[in-house]
Amino acid sequence: MATEQSRTAARLMVSPAVILLFLWMIVPLGMTLYFSFLRYNLLMPGMETWTGFDNYYYFITQPAFWPALINTLLLVLGVLAITVIGGIALALLLDQPFRGQGIVRVMVIAPFFVMPTVAALVWKNMFMNPVNGMFAHMFKAVGLQPFDFLSQAPLASIILIVAWSWLPFATLILLTALQSLDREQMEAAEMDGAGWGSRFWHLTLPHLTRSITVVILIQTIFLLSVFAEILVTTNGGPGTASTNLPFLVYSQSLLSFDVGGGAAGGIIAVILANIVAIFLMRMIGKNLET
Amino acid sequence: MARNTSPARKWVVTVAAWTIGFLIFFPILWIIILSFKTEGDAIKSPLAVLSSGWTMESYHVVQERSNYFLHFMNSVIISLGSTVLALVIAIPAAWSMAFVPGKRTKDLLMWMLSTKMMPAVGVLVPLYLLFRDFGLLDSRIGLVGVLTLINLPIVVWMLYTYFKEIPGEILEAARMDGASLRNEILYVLTPMAVPGIASTMLLNIILAWNEAFWTLQLTTKNAAPLTQFIASYSSPEGLFYAKLSAASTMAIAPILILGWFSQKQLVRGLTFGAVK
Repeated sequence: MATEQSRTAARLMVSPAVILLFLWMIVPLGMTLYFSFLRYNLLMPGMETWTGFDNYYYFITQPAFWPALINTLLLVLGVLAITVIGGIALALLLDQPFRGQGIVRVMVIAPFFVMPTVAALVWKNMFMNPVNGMFAHMFKAVGLQPFDFLSQAPLASIILIVAWSWLPFATLILLTALQSLDREQMEAAEMDGAGWGSRFWHLTLPHLTRSITVVILIQTIFLLSVFAEILVTTNGGPGTASTNLPFLVYSQSLLSFDVGGGAAGGIIAVILANIVAIFLMRMIGKNLET
Repeated sequence: MARNTSPARKWVVTVAAWTIGFLIFFPILWIIILSFKTEGDAIKSPLAVLSSGWTMESYHVVQERSNYFLHFMNSVIISLGSTVLALVIAIPAAWSMAFVPGKRTKDLLMWMLSTKMMPAVGVLVPLYLLFRDFGLLDSRIGLVGVLTLINLPIVVWMLYTYFKEIPGEILEAARMDGASLRNEILYVLTPMAVPGIASTMLLNIILAWNEAFWTLQLTTKNAAPLTQFIASYSSPEGLFYAKLSAASTMAIAPILILGWFSQKQLVRGLTFGAVK
């Protein structure tokens, strides 16, 4: 059906997008790779020298690296645990018939549309602030000492904030998946005497598996690069208690002007993200075929 | 819907769902409330806050002291600009991949998606330096360019999944009736593609409006969109609860409203068509 002419036209129509994305991917990444082998400090322009793998060595052996790597993983795993389990529970609840379904749905989804800086600052000031925050008022009301969330438990607090932003995403996707569940099969199982637990375990959960995988993989991509929430709440501190890999790269390259070291950190972050990406691409690729 | 639910159970579910929904929504509700209070009232205990008087003062002060309107317009220009630009590049691409698929179309789509997997921090250093050298730091045009590129894969993908659903037979019928390629595109395909394009646009505006890595790294003042403007409240300005609330309310309101319209497309767009 497609003529030679239409094929040429098609190629012409695709090429701007392909060329732009190719340049976008290859140029900056190539530069990062190149910088990562240079001793390059913004404060000493023109003094760049080749250093081989030194930047990688220094980046990995600096005291902040391992905490940052562990914090990155804890942040991803913590948020995933809350949003996936919470998302399943919420989706099951919202899937039931009840009054005002539309309004509740809208309320549950709302946090996803709140920009990260607003979400983080609102939680930091209006809720977690140890003097005027709502939690402090509540603690005082029942005679407890107010708790300074962001300095006593910085990473956990950030996990809570990020989880609040992502819970709607997980819920929405799982709810969409639940609505395509075969009702008749469910009712048949119910009539055969299958209890709620076994219906959930043998019918609902298997049906949700694919969506759960998608939620986990997509969130992981975004959660590996959480940045704004850390910047406006703790600035990575106290010490390195809430520094993750992106934040470490940012502080090394743009706050300490160590371009070479920052670039090496960037490459490490890319490698980490790619490990996840490979799994995600396989998933999506499979769906494309069916 | 032949599900038989007892009234008691429905009542329990209603209460539970409303309670949880309210708790999740509460932080947003709270900043809306605080934005209509005076600074003195806003830091009181929750019950005292609710019983205090209402005022629009914070909204005036935020605009007067910090030129809020400039940052709002920056957000509008950057998110709309990058969305339109991405659509202009993506529509022909998605179109031809959906209607004239070649052997490598699938690989091409997967490759486009893979560019989205690259963490921003991996290209932070060179991009910052390039922006500095070309005088693009703190410029709207620079940010429009970056946001166009980071969202382009999602836009192509979303459009592709929508275009894919347009039945090919209609095209053939039009061709049989003697429609030229130009007429075919203008009068047959375009009307069918408009809903898909509109949803893609909506989702992309939301993503661009809330983008908070590049907007924070590449702007400081003149081109700063709302994400960066709000970040300037991180200390010690953040202690002015009423003003922070007013600024935040105005920053999230347009997107909350747009977002409510795009719930379904959101699922599809963010999962690259894997969940519909």
